Amino acid sequence: MILKINNLHAGIGEKTILKGINLEVRTGEVHAIMGPNGSGKSTLASVLAGRETVTVTEGEIFYNGKNLLEMSPEERSKEGLFLGFQYPIEIPGVSMVAFMKAAVNEHRKYRGLEPLSASDFLKLMREKKELVGIDSKLANRSVNEGFSGGEKKKNEIFQMAMLEPKLSILDETDSGLDIDALRIVANGVNKLKRPDSSSIVITHYQRLLDYIVPDIVHVLYDGRIVKTSGKELALELEEKGYNWIQKEVNQN
Amino acid sequence: MNGQVGIVDRYLDLFDKNIGKIMDSSSPYINSLREPAYQTFRRMGIPDKKNENYKFADLALFFDFDYKTRLVPGKSDIEEAKNFQCGVADLETQGMILVNGYYPYADKLKQLPDGVWTGSFREASSQFGSLFEEHYGKYANTESDGLVHLNTAMATDGIFTYVPDGTVCEKPIQIVNIVQSDEDIFNQHRNLIVLGKNVQMTMIICDHTLSPRKFLTNAVTEVVVGENSIFNIIRVQNEHNYSGKITHTFINQEKNSFASSNNIILHGGLVWNNTYHYLVGEGAEAKSNGLYLIDKFQHVGNYVSIDHFVPNCTSNQLFKGVIDEMATGVFNGRIYVHPDAQKTAAFQRNNNILLTDDAKVFTKPHLEIYADDVKCSHGATVGQPDNDIMFYLRSRGIDQREAKLMLMFGFAHEVIQEIGVKALRERLDDLVMQRLRGELSRCANCVVKCY
Amino acid sequence: MEDNQDKLLNEVTSGDYKYGFYTDIDSEQAPKGLNEDIIRLISSKKEEPEWLLEFRLNAFRYWRTQKMPGWANLKIPDINFQDIIYYSAPKQKSKSNGSDDIDPELKKTFDKLGIPLEEQKHLSGVAVDAVMDSVSVKTTFKETLAEVGVIFCSFSEAVKEYPDLVKRYLGSVVPYRDNYFAALNSAVFSDGSFCYIPKGVRCPMELSTYFRINAANTGQFERTLLVADEESYVSYLEGCTAPIRDENQLHAAIVEIVAEKNAEVKYSTVQNWYPGDKNGNGGIFNFVTKRGMCKGENSKISWTQVETGSAITWKYPSCVLKGDNSVGEFFSVAVTNNYQQADTGTKMIHLGKNTKSTVVSKGISAGHSQNSYRGLVRMSRNAAGARNFSQCDSLLLGDKCGAHTFPYIETDNKTAIVEHEATTSKIGEDQIFYCNQRGINTDDAIGLIVNGYAREIINKLPMEFAVEAQKLLQISLEGSVG
Ligand SMILES: Nc1ncnc2c1ncn2[C@@H]1O[C@H](COP(=O)(O)OP(=O)(O)O)[C@@H](O)[C@H]1O
Ligand SMILES: [Mg+2]
Repeated sequence: MILKINNLHAGIGEKTILKGINLEVRTGEVHAIMGPNGSGKSTLASVLAGRETVTVTEGEIFYNGKNLLEMSPEERSKEGLFLGFQYPIEIPGVSMVAFMKAAVNEHRKYRGLEPLSASDFLKLMREKKELVGIDSKLANRSVNEGFSGGEKKKNEIFQMAMLEPKLSILDETDSGLDIDALRIVANGVNKLKRPDSSSIVITHYQRLLDYIVPDIVHVLYDGRIVKTSGKELALELEEKGYNWIQKEVNQN
Repeated sequence: MNGQVGIVDRYLDLFDKNIGKIMDSSSPYINSLREPAYQTFRRMGIPDKKNENYKFADLALFFDFDYKTRLVPGKSDIEEAKNFQCGVADLETQGMILVNGYYPYADKLKQLPDGVWTGSFREASSQFGSLFEEHYGKYANTESDGLVHLNTAMATDGIFTYVPDGTVCEKPIQIVNIVQSDEDIFNQHRNLIVLGKNVQMTMIICDHTLSPRKFLTNAVTEVVVGENSIFNIIRVQNEHNYSGKITHTFINQEKNSFASSNNIILHGGLVWNNTYHYLVGEGAEAKSNGLYLIDKFQHVGNYVSIDHFVPNCTSNQLFKGVIDEMATGVFNGRIYVHPDAQKTAAFQRNNNILLTDDAKVFTKPHLEIYADDVKCSHGATVGQPDNDIMFYLRSRGIDQREAKLMLMFGFAHEVIQEIGVKALRERLDDLVMQRLRGELSRCANCVVKCY
Repeated sequence: MEDNQDKLLNEVTSGDYKYGFYTDIDSEQAPKGLNEDIIRLISSKKEEPEWLLEFRLNAFRYWRTQKMPGWANLKIPDINFQDIIYYSAPKQKSKSNGSDDIDPELKKTFDKLGIPLEEQKHLSGVAVDAVMDSVSVKTTFKETLAEVGVIFCSFSEAVKEYPDLVKRYLGSVVPYRDNYFAALNSAVFSDGSFCYIPKGVRCPMELSTYFRINAANTGQFERTLLVADEESYVSYLEGCTAPIRDENQLHAAIVEIVAEKNAEVKYSTVQNWYPGDKNGNGGIFNFVTKRGMCKGENSKISWTQVETGSAITWKYPSCVLKGDNSVGEFFSVAVTNNYQQADTGTKMIHLGKNTKSTVVSKGISAGHSQNSYRGLVRMSRNAAGARNFSQCDSLLLGDKCGAHTFPYIETDNKTAIVEHEATTSKIGEDQIFYCNQRGINTDDAIGLIVNGYAREIINKLPMEFAVEAQKLLQISLEGSVG
C-alpha cells in the first residue's frame, strides 16, 4: 500500500472543501479521480503535497506506512511524491537547468548519493527530454516563464521524468492540451510507469483515459468520493455527464 | 525650524491682531485648539522648498504679500456673490455659497428633507458640540504642513455637513467658494463633513474668483466617512491668474467605506491641493483622481497621500496633466503602508503631456511600504501623445490636428469619466474640449480677463 | 549563465560573513581626529604638491560649514568625526629590498579574500589595484597595460606621475561642494585608483580595484578617477570587504568618471562591506558619491551594482549626459537584511540632445531592514528628444522590513519622454511551494527565486563577479523567511 487516506477533512480559511475522503492506492496501480469543477480535486492534491494554505481538520494520511501530514513539502518530494500542478508556477529568471539541478541533487543527497557533475546532469536532462519528447529549447528558458499552456504541462511531465517519483499525482495535466500534446503527455506517463510506481490522474474529461488506462476510477463530488469503480465508469461519465451522479448523491 | 522667516511673521501678526475678534465668534472647543495650532505653525512656518510636500511650489510668491483679512465680507460683496450662477446646465444639487470663506445666509443651519444637516461651520460648532469634539482637528493634524495649523489657529467659518446613519443623499451637495472683494485679501475657511454609517453622499466644491484682485485662500476640509458609507468629493477649480489657492482635504475612512476625491483644475494662478486619505478601517477603499489643464504662468500641484493603517484596504491614484505655454504642473503622490497593513493593494499613476518648450512638469510618485503582503505599483510618464496611435489615426484619414485633439481628449477623459455626476461630467468634457481647441481663453462666468 | 548557476548551487556556503577576519599587521596611523594639521599630515605622507593640499584644505573649510544631510530615508546615529583615524597605512616589511614585492602577510590577506596579487595566479584578464585602509598595496598588470598606453595605478602614484591629468580631471565631475560627504572625502581622501584610457584604445583587460578596511577605528576615504578618452572603452570592477567589528566604521568614497566623445565606460560594483550582525551591531556606514560625466557626443557610462553589505548605504551612482546622443545606464540590485538600511538609486541628468538613460533597480528587503530607491531623472530645457525609462521593483521577504521608492522626475522639454514604473510585492509563496514540491528546501528556494529576480542585473556583470554576486545574494538572505 503506497497511499492510504482515512476520513480526510480539509479546508481553506473558513471554507470546508474536503469532507471525509477515503482512498487507498496500492503499489503499481493507476487511479483516476474525476469530478466536476470545484469538487475539491486540486485541494486534495494540495493536501497530499503539503501546501500550507490548506488546513487539515480531521483524518490521516499514510504514505508508504509513514504519517504524511507530519512531513514538510520537500520531504514528501524526496520520499518520491510528485505533484504535476494544474497551474504550474512561473519563476522568472531561474533557468530550468538550475532549478532541476537543485531538485535532482537534493533528491540524491537524501538518498546518500553524490551530487551529479554538471556534465552528467546535462546528459540526464538530454535523455529525459528525449524520453518525454519535449522541445530541447525548453530547458534553457526560465521555469515556466512565457511558456504556453501546453508547454507548461509538458514541462511538468519532464520534471516527473527527472525525479522518477514513486507516487505521481497529475492534476488536470490534460486540460488545455491539443491532441498532439495530449499524446506526448500520456506517452510520457506511460513510459515512466514502473512496476513499483503508482499514479493518481486527476482529470475532468475521460479523454486522457483513452491513453492512460486506469485500474480504478473515483468520482469526487462536493468534497467526497461518491463513486469508485473500474475504468468503464469514465466512459459512463463521458456519456451522461455529472448530473446523474448528482442525482444519485441527492437521493441517498 | 523649517519655513520662511519674515513671511511667517506677517501671519503671526495677523493672528495677534485679530485673535480677539476670532475668539469672539467661535465655540470654546474650537478656540481651545487655536493657541497650540498657532505654536505649531510658528515652529513649522510656511512650507518652503525643503518641505517635500511643497518641493516644487513657490509659495513665497503668494504668501509674501500684504493682504487684508476680514472675518465677515462687506454687504456688497455678499450681494455680488449671491448673483453667481453655476455654469453647469442641468446640474441638480443642494447648492450653497461661501463668500471669502464666510457662510452668508440668514438661516445658519438647516435640515434638508432627506435628513442631512448643512450650514455654517461656526454655527454648528456650538449646536453640534459633541460631533466637533469627536472629530474637529483630529485629522487635519499633520506634522509636515504648517499651513494646516495656520488654518486651525485662525479659521472661523466654512461649511458643516452632517449625514446621519443610513441616509442616502439623492442630490449632490454643492458648495461654491467665491472670492469677491475690491481689496487684496487672504482668507481661510474650514469645513467639517461627518458621514455616519451606511450613508451615500456626493459633494461638489467649486472654486471661483469674481473680482480682479490678488487673493490667497488657505482652506481645510475634514471628512469622516463612517462604516459602509460611500462618499465622493469633486473639486472644480476655476480661478483667475492672481489667485492663490491652497486646499487641504483630510478624509478619514472607516471599515468598508469608499471615498473618492477628484480634483479638476481648470484655471488658477497658484493652485496647490493637498489630499489625504486615512484608511483606518479594514476593507476601506480610496480613489484619488486629478486632472490639470494649465497654461500661461499657472503653477499647480497635487500632493496626495494615502495612508494604509490597517489590513485589506485598496487605494488608487490617477492624476493627469496637460501643460501648455509657461505653466508648471506638479504631482507628488505618496502611498504609505504601515506595519501590519497586510493585504494592501495600492496603485498610483501620473501621466503628463507638455505642449511647449516652456512648460514644465515635476512628478514624484512614491511608495513607502512597511508591510510585506502587499501589491503596490506606480507609474509616471511625461511625453507626447503616442506616435503610433497618432499614425494609426492619420492613416484612417484624420488630420494631424484633429488626431492630436482626439488623443488629448481621451487622455483627459480617463479622469473625467470617474466623476459620478453625469451633468458635471458632460460639462467638464465640454470644457476640456473647448480648452484643447483653444476656444476657452477665459473661464465661463469669469469677469476677469486672464490673458 | 547556466554554469554560473551551477557553480552557485555547488557552493552553497554558510550564512555568515566570510570576510570578517582581521589581519594582524603593524600600521602607521595618524592620530584620531580631523583638523587642518591632520590634512597636512596626510598630504605630506603622500608627498603631494601644493595645489592638492590647497584643494584638500578648501574642501575641509567648506565641509566645516555644512551639516549632515537629513533627507535620506535613513536613521543615522550621530557620527563623531573626531573619533576616527583618517590615515592608516599597513607597514610592509619587505618593501625595503625594492620594487614590487609585497608583505607576505598582506599577500595572504588578499589571497584569503580571493584576490591573488601575483599576476600568473590571477584569473586571466583582470588587472587589480588592491587598497588596504588608506594605501594601495599593489597594482597588477601595470606593464601589460602600459604597452597599449593604458594608465592604471594608485591615486597617489598618479598624483606623482601624471599630475597634469589628475589636476585636469580631479573634482571636475564631483566638485568638493557637491555634498557633505564629497567635501569630507575631498579633504581627507587617502588612496584609490586612477585610470586613463587613451584615445582609440579598447582596454584589453578588465580593470578592478579591491578595497579592504582592516584597521580598527579608521575610516576609508578613497577616491577613484577614471578617464576614457575619445573612442575608448573600459570595463571596471570594484569590490570591497571589511572585518567584523562591533563598532561602526565610516567609508566615504568618491568615484569620478569622464567619458569623452564615443567613449564607453562600464563600471561594476559588488559591494560587500560588513553589514553588521543579526542585531544590527557594527557594520560599515557607506556614504559614497559616484558620478560619471558623458562629456562627449555618443559617449556611454553604465553603472552596475550589487549591494549586499554595509549597515547603512547612501549611494547614488549618477550620469550627467552632456554630450548629444550620450547614454547613461544604471542597473542595481540592493539587498538588505537584519537591521541594514539602504537609500540608493541614481540621478540621470539629461543636458544634451537625444540623450538616453535606462534605470533598472531591484530592491530586496528582509529581516528588519529598510530599503529605499531614490532616483532623479531631469530633462533639462535643451535635452530635445531625450528619453528615459526606469523600472524599480521591490521584493519583500518577511513582515518586519520596508521597501520604499522615491522617484523624482523633472521635465523641462516637451519632446523628452520619461517613463517610470515601479512595483512592490512579496516573494511568491506559490513559487516557494513549487520548489518545495520538487524537493528544494525553503532557503534554497528563496536563493533561487531571488537570483532569478535579480538575474537581469547580474547578467550585466562580468563573469567572475556574477558568480560572486549570486552567492552573495543567497548568503545574505539565508534564514530570512519561514
Ligand atoms: N484559495 C481558496 N480560497 C477559498 N476557496 C478556494 C480556494 N481555492 C479553491 N477554493 C474553493 O474550493 C473548492 C474546490 O476547489 P478545487 O479543489 O480547486 O476544485 P477542482 O480542482 O475540483 O476544480 C471550490 O469551491 C473553490 O472555489
Ligand atoms: Mg482543479
